[in-house]
Amino acid sequence: MAKSKTKKPAKSKAASNSASNPSIDEMKELYREMLLIRRFEEKAGQLYGMGLIGGFCHLYIGQEAVVTGINSVQQKQDTVVTSYRDHAHMLACGMDPKGIMAELTGRVTGYSRGKGGSMHMFSKEENFFGGHGIVGASSSIGTGLGFAHKYKKDNGVAIAYGGDGASNQGQVAECYNMAALWDLPILYVIENNQYGMGTSVSRSSAGSLYKRGEGYGIPGEQVDGMDVFTVQAAARQALDYVRSGNGPYILEVMTYRYRGHSMSDPAKYRSKDEVNTFKNDRDPIAMIKGMMVDGGMAEDDIKVIDKEIKEIVAEAATFAQESPEPDAHELWTDVLVEVDA
Amino acid sequence: MPTNILMPALSPTMTEGNLAKWLKSEGDTVEAGDVIAEIETDKATMEVEAVDEGVLGKILISEGTQAVAVNTPIAVLLEDGETANDIGEVDAAPAADIPCVPEVQDSDSVTQTSNDAEQHAGATIENRDILYAQGVIIEPPPFDEASFTDTEEVTVRVALRDAMAEEMRRDGDVYLMGEEVAEYNGAYKVSEGLLDEFGAKRVIDTPITEHGFAGLAVGSAMNGLKPIVEFMTWNFGMQAIDHIINSAGKTLYMAGGQLGCPIVFRGPNGAASRVGAQHSQCYASWYAHVPGLHVLAPWSAADAKGLMKAAIRDPNPVVFLENEMLYGEKFDVPTDEDFVIPIGRAKIERSGADVTIVAYSIMVGKALEAAKALEAEGIDAEVINLRTIRPLDRFTILESVKKTNRIVSVEESWPFSGIGAEIAALIGEHAFDYLDAPLARVCAKDVPLPYAANLEALALPQTEHIVNAAKKVCYAD
Ligand SMILES: Cc1ncc(C[n+]2csc(CCOP(=O)(O)OP(=O)(O)O)c2C)c(N)n1
Ligand SMILES: [Mg+2]
Repeated sequence: MAKSKTKKPAKSKAASNSASNPSIDEMKELYREMLLIRRFEEKAGQLYGMGLIGGFCHLYIGQEAVVTGINSVQQKQDTVVTSYRDHAHMLACGMDPKGIMAELTGRVTGYSRGKGGSMHMFSKEENFFGGHGIVGASSSIGTGLGFAHKYKKDNGVAIAYGGDGASNQGQVAECYNMAALWDLPILYVIENNQYGMGTSVSRSSAGSLYKRGEGYGIPGEQVDGMDVFTVQAAARQALDYVRSGNGPYILEVMTYRYRGHSMSDPAKYRSKDEVNTFKNDRDPIAMIKGMMVDGGMAEDDIKVIDKEIKEIVAEAATFAQESPEPDAHELWTDVLVEVDA
Repeated sequence: MPTNILMPALSPTMTEGNLAKWLKSEGDTVEAGDVIAEIETDKATMEVEAVDEGVLGKILISEGTQAVAVNTPIAVLLEDGETANDIGEVDAAPAADIPCVPEVQDSDSVTQTSNDAEQHAGATIENRDILYAQGVIIEPPPFDEASFTDTEEVTVRVALRDAMAEEMRRDGDVYLMGEEVAEYNGAYKVSEGLLDEFGAKRVIDTPITEHGFAGLAVGSAMNGLKPIVEFMTWNFGMQAIDHIINSAGKTLYMAGGQLGCPIVFRGPNGAASRVGAQHSQCYASWYAHVPGLHVLAPWSAADAKGLMKAAIRDPNPVVFLENEMLYGEKFDVPTDEDFVIPIGRAKIERSGADVTIVAYSIMVGKALEAAKALEAEGIDAEVINLRTIRPLDRFTILESVKKTNRIVSVEESWPFSGIGAEIAALIGEHAFDYLDAPLARVCAKDVPLPYAANLEALALPQTEHIVNAAKKVCYAD
């Protein structure tokens, strides 16, 4: 997109579909990424059940196409921030599954040396800025990442993920205003998985989430988040728009989480049928796998990828169980940056 | 009658200014709103407008006068028919300063005592903290807890729910609002069944908008309702801390007593289990810092029930700090619906002669465990369950220390500016001469709560830390 001073009118558009013809290699890459997320999360659920992971643990199963699609069209200098449902975002950013899993088990080899846990991991190297436990926080922090991109003129875009529930926090509206006012390079991704804990969107949110920027002049778009190519196409366009200096953009991605909110949620607020509709008919991984087969890829070639992913995850789990807990002195480190007097 | 025009204060910090220029002369007619003079403050030149209409009878402070004190008469305004002859002697002195602190009686504390009951009790006093500021330590409000003999064993969770249900039955203005409180029955199931009984008008699911709904609830309380606001945990109450302190805590004062804010903010406080730094902190000392708030922290199910009922009936804003780890614990709870524990009264859970252990919330249980362990070593500990953090039952603490001469304070929060620090100040100010050893504090380690299981255990106060601290103050370590 050409660098233009005139902004697009803040028209929001609902569910666009992309007509793209991905190559087998592209499909393989996306399949691989989504499968890694799914298998990793299944393993995390298993380790939680064994008491090896404590506290809260929020799984991303069902939502894989969202972060995978967006990440596939990001640039290296772009930055990412999200909430506590963060394992997938870290994997997509290229963080090491071993380090993530070891953080989940609270070991010194984890990304936060065992001190952060499932909800709090960071990687400066991969431009991943957390992992935040407070609903709504990622929007503001993301806006600040965008502020820094603009300040440093590094051509980067900040991508702030947040949930449907998070959209109702006051700070989100406050940031929309500032981001639009100052033309900040920030893409707000609303991962609308239809529930914030046990509350459905219709019980928590007035209007349409992707239209919430309209009053500020921020364009918004709602797309199907179960189709990785749709997400990818929308993200490509949105990132272009933002990177060209047009200011913020809101992408509402319609998705679904198969598991409960966290490990302790029995998810009785929705029907089995509803869950099964997504699992059986809309699953993003099954869909791309179907496309690969239709495109002429042999089942055996797909199995090679499956096996490879299985091994990566098994290795991460072993690593996470065999690594030691942090040494007791770690309790006292990292509270403040130590400055020589 | 001629009216004086006074030197106005044109900023909150202005105490004096220069009278730069008169824009009206003696004999001029003045309308309300006319600019009559210019005044220079340290920050700007400002215009002075007439508030009344009339004739400028006499200029008392001439143009160019420096450092004119605020409230000094600068001119006299005459009404219709009055002349300069009507102007009498003008008192040019500004109004006297009003002292900003209450008179303190004398530097020694006054302890009001009666002596027969095991735990002293005085009258119900409106504001114990103000009395303390004046040097008076007053007995806690009376409470005949032993008379509640019929009990049933329930969990803390059920006790909280029952207290809310009973008060909601009793008073139609009480309602409950928060995230997942209705259809989900509470994220921690504390409001189980309340939607069924009271309906969606009185048990309300909110969006995840703590700052907004806390403010909304405060507004509804100002307008006659009695909200109970649940924060899914107090960590999220931080989003709403402004409304808790600025809107709820200060209204009565700012309104000169006209309207207050009967509201309960409640939810689990402190560490749960391995939920990491952002989800694990104790807010007791944060809110206890604020005049205008009551801060309650139950330990047992009886505490939970009796204090929750007190909180809902209290015409003041109450910060009610529960603990997730205690929700499932069972205790005997009086069945009488009038079991309401007075705010401002601690409970001596175990009496002892050798050392006082003061604790609140989950740490009361640990303190009692420690007392048992100490008994085996021949140390007889007295354990005080604070129940109310603010107003603190200073009387009960001091009486205990005067008896045992040694004290350990225990809390789950950080040491700096913690409740233990406040207790240390209390002891230093009022029981210094009774001490046989310096006070010891048992607190969380001064770090954000780590996730790793081993580090988390090291960070939080454990029973053995209390035992060790008690032995230390008894010189038995
Ligand atoms: C300020 C704040 N309030 C409440 C919570 C508790 N909480 C954690 S996740 C969650 C639901 C969030 O839903 P949504 O934003 O849709 O994200 P999802 O979990 O669906 O990914 C709530 C209420 C919190 N972490 N922070
Ligand atoms: Mg959601």
